[in-house]
Amino acid sequence: MTIDLVLFLGLTLIAVAAAIAMIVSRNAIYSALFLVLNFLTVATLYLLLNAAFIAIVQITVYAGAIMVLFLFVIMLLGTERESIGGGIRWQMPVAIVLGLGLAGELAYILMRNDIAQGPLADLSAEFGSPASIGRVLFSEYIVPFEVTSILLLVAMIGAIVITRMQRRENK
Amino acid sequence: MNIPPAYVLTLSGILFALGIIGVLIRRNAIVIFMSIELMLNSANLALIASARMFGPAVEALRGHVFVFFVIAVAAAEVAVGLALIVAIFRSKESIDVDEVSSLRG
Amino acid sequence: MILLETVQGGGLFSYAPLIIALPILGLITNIIFGRRFGERFVGLVASGAVALAFVIAIMQFLALQAFPEGSTIPIAEWISIGRLSVPWSIKVDTLSTTMMLMVTGVSTLIHIYAIGYMHEDVRFQGDPGRYARFFIFFNLFVAAMMVLVSADNYLMMFVGWEGVGLCSYLLIGFWYEKGEDGIGNAVAGKKAFVTNRIGDFGFLIAMFLIFGAVGSLQFDQVFHWVHEHGLANIGVLTAATMFLLLGATGKSAQLPLFVWLPDAMAGPTPVSALIHAATMVTAGIYMIARSAPLFEVAQSTANLVAWIGAVTALFAATIAVAQSDIKRVLAYSTISQLGFMMAAVGIGAYVAGMFHLVTHAFFKALLFLSSGSVIQGVEHGHHHLEHGHGEPFDPQDMRNMGGLRSRMKVTFWVYLIGALALAGLPPLAGFFSKDEILADASTVNTGVYILLAIAAFLTAFYMGRQVLMVFFGKARSEAAAHAAENPPVMTIPLIVLAGLAIVGGALNIPGIHALTDWLEHTIAHVHATEFNVLVAGLSVLFALIAIGFSWLLYGRRTLEEGEPDPLRRILGPIFVGMENKWWIDELYDFLFIRPYIAISWFLADVVDWRFWHDWFHDSVLGSAYRNGSRWLAWVFDLRVIDGFANGLGIATKGAAQRLRVVQTGYVRNYALAVLVGGVLVLSYFIFG
Repeated sequence: MTIDLVLFLGLTLIAVAAAIAMIVSRNAIYSALFLVLNFLTVATLYLLLNAAFIAIVQITVYAGAIMVLFLFVIMLLGTERESIGGGIRWQMPVAIVLGLGLAGELAYILMRNDIAQGPLADLSAEFGSPASIGRVLFSEYIVPFEVTSILLLVAMIGAIVITRMQRRENK
Repeated sequence: MNIPPAYVLTLSGILFALGIIGVLIRRNAIVIFMSIELMLNSANLALIASARMFGPAVEALRGHVFVFFVIAVAAAEVAVGLALIVAIFRSKESIDVDEVSSLRG
Repeated sequence: MILLETVQGGGLFSYAPLIIALPILGLITNIIFGRRFGERFVGLVASGAVALAFVIAIMQFLALQAFPEGSTIPIAEWISIGRLSVPWSIKVDTLSTTMMLMVTGVSTLIHIYAIGYMHEDVRFQGDPGRYARFFIFFNLFVAAMMVLVSADNYLMMFVGWEGVGLCSYLLIGFWYEKGEDGIGNAVAGKKAFVTNRIGDFGFLIAMFLIFGAVGSLQFDQVFHWVHEHGLANIGVLTAATMFLLLGATGKSAQLPLFVWLPDAMAGPTPVSALIHAATMVTAGIYMIARSAPLFEVAQSTANLVAWIGAVTALFAATIAVAQSDIKRVLAYSTISQLGFMMAAVGIGAYVAGMFHLVTHAFFKALLFLSSGSVIQGVEHGHHHLEHGHGEPFDPQDMRNMGGLRSRMKVTFWVYLIGALALAGLPPLAGFFSKDEILADASTVNTGVYILLAIAAFLTAFYMGRQVLMVFFGKARSEAAAHAAENPPVMTIPLIVLAGLAIVGGALNIPGIHALTDWLEHTIAHVHATEFNVLVAGLSVLFALIAIGFSWLLYGRRTLEEGEPDPLRRILGPIFVGMENKWWIDELYDFLFIRPYIAISWFLADVVDWRFWHDWFHDSVLGSAYRNGSRWLAWVFDLRVIDGFANGLGIATKGAAQRLRVVQTGYVRNYALAVLVGGVLVLSYFIFG
């Protein structure tokens, strides 16, 4: 039991617990906050996996921007407390069973994967740094990079258009 | 850090399954959306683990770049999706997805 | 298509196909232009065509002088199926050229005669427009006869055989709306055709048997086969020759199929002269002569041929004695003389038969044409009378004639020559030919000789009777008293024929047997007949005695008007029998015609109408159909088919109702479905 493994198990537990709590909690704000916790845990895992840049991006964009947006909308719309399961009684048991089944299958596959078993090679500190990622990003993946910027523009315009108040019809 | 990547991948699988359960169980549209984000996140985790697996080769950084793009797209998607939910709320006064059942046959 | 390079013997032979083509050309010209250019044109074209054909025949004769073996001129390949190969080719040899010369020569004279005869006849019968049609049929007949005579194989001969039968039918019924009850002539034509058909049936069966045994219908090949295998296959050969004999009895009017010839006198006289005296009826004799090799081997059939010929000769002669119609006498005389020829070829005397065929053509055509002249003279007399029109008057009845010797001189003299030739008095042609037959018969078959001798006696008797009744004594009717001679266009051919009747005997005078030598090239094993003084003397004696008898009865005291025939008193019931043709027609009617008609009526009325139409169609088929469709519509269509169609709808509806529950409308359910699929697929990949 090395320190790495202990650390990893602890983080795993926290992440899974946060996810379960997100699903189960009745209050939407609580769900959002639990999700944020999950993201932070995963970011830590990234750091453990030599993905420094991505970890910071995760925290900044995902936990910082996206979840904040979620919280804004939750506040805007108000949260109803609804019963879990609701109208369709059989949906929840079936979903849980199947979901666990899926989890089991995935675990089965992934744990037995030969490539993923072995010891990992040592990496330099350059691996996962912004500079190295930037090098790859702006040389091989320049076109997807530019397209992504257009995508963000389009999403922005789309969001504004969809939520525009239709004043002219309310005369 | 010397964690067998298999464990990380298994964790990502479990988070993915939890995300699916969340989508299927909850009726609140926003919570469903958040479960989807959880699923995306688990995919990112798998990618990073795989990138680590293939070590010092510079091609391994592709995993990181991929995650970068996933996060960017997720951001765009969230924006639009939440805008849609807001628009639906305006007309239906509710974000219970079970209300959206006009296609009932 | 005339393959000149295969014509052996030189260029003249290659003109042979024209002998068929010229009459056809003539008839086509008359069909197209006849009506427009009038009677003179039609007559000229028709006679000219036949005259040119005669010239071609002479050319063949000349060619044969240089090359007596003859030649075959192929024209085209007609049938070529499997084993059967029948070419269309012309055989020019001494036998066929004899026939060609005789037919075209006599035809030319008769055509010229007919130009004048038909000019009056169409007016007597009241329909001048038919002039052209007559000559068209006449030319067609000559063409068909040429095909028959020049044939190289049995099938081509059969084509000509049928062709002349057709023309005979067309020409007998030329005045198709006249005769008894308005259809008499048509009925006579039909009788000729049907009776001939029975003969043709025989010919066909014979051809089938020959082809089956030999594998070919060509004369050369058949004769060669008979030469090689004849004795081994005597059964087939006998059968084939029997059927050929049946064909010959039909065409040449022998027992039992002779009944059509007397009725055929309903046609115009040139028709009787050409077709029923000189040419068509001789086709049967020619066919047997041509098939000589077959008959030489099948001796039993040849024997039968001779006996049939002899019996027919006697039988017909007895009938001729008592007839009162001038043409009927000649008709039965023709049947009798054909019997002579048939008997001749039956005993193997082919040359004698052909000789008599040629001379008989001369004097019988002469007699018929002269009788036509007589009839027309009497008709002229009848029409000149004031009160003659309106009364029924038969210009052909000899009892209405008499004393025409002074009024129609040319006709009288030529008629006398023809009658004496027929009776067989030397030195006229008939003596030599008939005597040769009698001489051959006396050495070969005494029974046949006796029958033929008696028939010759009767022949002389009835010809004497006829001449005396028609030309001597007083006129027995007003018409006869005013009869007039005919124009030269009719009398000149008569004179020519009379000349031929006088000198025709030169063809085969004993000693200089020209015809025997001539025919020897074609018919093997012919030998010149010795001149038998006893036979010749006996026949002349009998003829003179017979003429004496006739003078006793009809010449010494000539018949008065309305007086019955003196023979009736002498012979009594025998005369009645002779006059009524021995009731052969009535016998046939009773034996064959009535049962046949009864069967036809039965089949038509009972079987076809009452059973088939009324009962079967209406009751069985009709009601079955109606019931069937009723069942189909009400039971099957309504219940089963509609039920099926509706059932499909109901089933679909039910299924849809039940399947509807899947569409809950909840997005979450749909997502769950996706998950189910994903899990299953994944498990398949892992565990499957």
